[in-house]
Amino acid sequence: MKTFEIQNVKDTRSGFGAGLSELGKTNPNVVALCADLTGSLKMDAFQKEHPDRFFQVGIAEANMMGVAAGMTIGGKIPFTGTFANFSTGRVYDQIRQSIAYSGKNVKICASHAGVTLGEDGATHQILEDIGLMKMLPGMVVINPCDFNQTKAATIAIADYEGPVYLRFGRPAVPNFTPADQKFEIGKALLLNEGTDVSIFATGHLVWKAIEAGHKLAEQGISAEIINIHTIKPLDAEAVLKSVAKTGSAVSAEEHQMNGGLGDSISQLLARENPTPMEFVAVNDSFGESGTPDELMKKYGLEAENVVAAALKAISRKK
Amino acid sequence: MNAYFRSSDNLSKMSKLSVPELEKMSSQVRRDILRMVHGCKSGHPGGSLGCADFLTALYFNLMEHNTSFNMDGTQEDIFFLSNGHISPVFYSVLARSGYFPVSELKTFRRINSRLQGHPTTHEELPGVRIASGSLGQGVSVACGAALAKKLNKDNKLVYVLMGDGEIQEGQNWEAFMFAAHQKIDNLIVTIDFNGQQIDGSTKEVMGIGEDIKAKLEAFGWEILTMNGHDFQDILKVMGEAKAKTGQGKPVFVIMKSEMGYPVDFMMGSHKWHGVAPNDAELEKALAQLPETMGDY
Repeated sequence: MKTFEIQNVKDTRSGFGAGLSELGKTNPNVVALCADLTGSLKMDAFQKEHPDRFFQVGIAEANMMGVAAGMTIGGKIPFTGTFANFSTGRVYDQIRQSIAYSGKNVKICASHAGVTLGEDGATHQILEDIGLMKMLPGMVVINPCDFNQTKAATIAIADYEGPVYLRFGRPAVPNFTPADQKFEIGKALLLNEGTDVSIFATGHLVWKAIEAGHKLAEQGISAEIINIHTIKPLDAEAVLKSVAKTGSAVSAEEHQMNGGLGDSISQLLARENPTPMEFVAVNDSFGESGTPDELMKKYGLEAENVVAAALKAISRKK
Repeated sequence: MNAYFRSSDNLSKMSKLSVPELEKMSSQVRRDILRMVHGCKSGHPGGSLGCADFLTALYFNLMEHNTSFNMDGTQEDIFFLSNGHISPVFYSVLARSGYFPVSELKTFRRINSRLQGHPTTHEELPGVRIASGSLGQGVSVACGAALAKKLNKDNKLVYVLMGDGEIQEGQNWEAFMFAAHQKIDNLIVTIDFNGQQIDGSTKEVMGIGEDIKAKLEAFGWEILTMNGHDFQDILKVMGEAKAKTGQGKPVFVIMKSEMGYPVDFMMGSHKWHGVAPNDAELEKALAQLPETMGDY
């Protein structure tokens, strides 16, 4: 099992803030909108450096989505920022009609996704956002795993023409991907080659999957670990190639099981190569208040849950 | 017949229609509306007829726009229809302006058409810049487009038409607040104040208040009022609205109109909001509207 060096421990939202700040310097068409969460989204650097291209919309997310759609008419590339809950569920129809159906080049950037938002509780911990967004025709859905990858993804989506949902989080997590990486939308990243089970992880669960890989190795199990930072479009080739070798699969995500990454992968496998598969995800439940670590444990999103899922998937091989 | 209006691919160079010419054009637009809705046995004739004069004035006199359509609308006035259900009037005016062939109006609401029930960019119909139909989103979009114009140092204007029942959608009030706060003064929003919506009069369904003027004034907008069925008044008031742009405030025009105007049996109620006329009703309505530019 390959070892990954932790460069530092940082929040993915700061990766977004750093990427946005860099874009501000390199792409004059990039504009940013925020619904009263500039500090939480780490958009303050962009706001300070480019006040003419930063728009505070107040606590009015529906309007923010419409304004962003309108700004694309005239060639701007709007990045909207608020919590994942208010970036999706609260404004679904605005995104559906004014952005997705209208084919507008808006980048919906969503922080504090999942249970790791922590103490604020279930009102703010959206676990349905990947599903909501991936169902929209033409919407790209990205959930990077650490600071460096979130920064790279933020920069990359400005060059992609079309609506994108970029999901990231609040807590500080291990930052282990290369600082100079080039982010390729829709390209799964093979982190560790293995032969017994394929673990497909996204977002905060990627590091958990790596930890699980080490635990599995201790038991003599060779896990292939793949970082699926882009849930839609899914890298079908990478998924199929891996399961053809391992014969079993596990998905891991900080999201509902219904509608998440695992759902996309299992649809693909059902069509192309039926494979024993297990799901590490929240199972039809809302979150609650607590520390991020306590919640990840309580909702079954830890490395040990990935290990258990892998063992079960392997045991189901014929 | 329409060559006159399509003689140049740049309508801003086109001569503006006079009031008698506008009257002729709007009569034809109303015939188009009725025939389109009758043809597919569905759609929204009431509000479309009520806004025919306004949209005719907008596209054939007030706006500087380019019928060789480009999405960004750089250096031209642009329009958003927020109450997308009155698509028949929008499509007719776009076609009669030269954005696409008038003959295409016959495909309205039919399978494989660019003229969807509600306007969309999805089928790439020239002249449409945003999908609308789910109400309450147009003013927000227009605010964004107006801000983009400011960033681009483009001093042309952004126009929006919205329904009065539509103002019940909360997003509008977010946008009203935003536009005033951001001093979006290159924006003219017109509300079709016909007092009717699907379930009845706006008074009965959800009182939006006689004092819409006071509400918008309190939100920091410039307010004007006009008669939506009098071209002299439309040109005068919209001229005043244009004159009020560039002064730090968004501009709101309350357009008093009659749903179904001027078809006698379609006015005075909400009944014709979303119902197509049958053969006899179509004939009766068309008899009240001279064919001036040639039916499609």
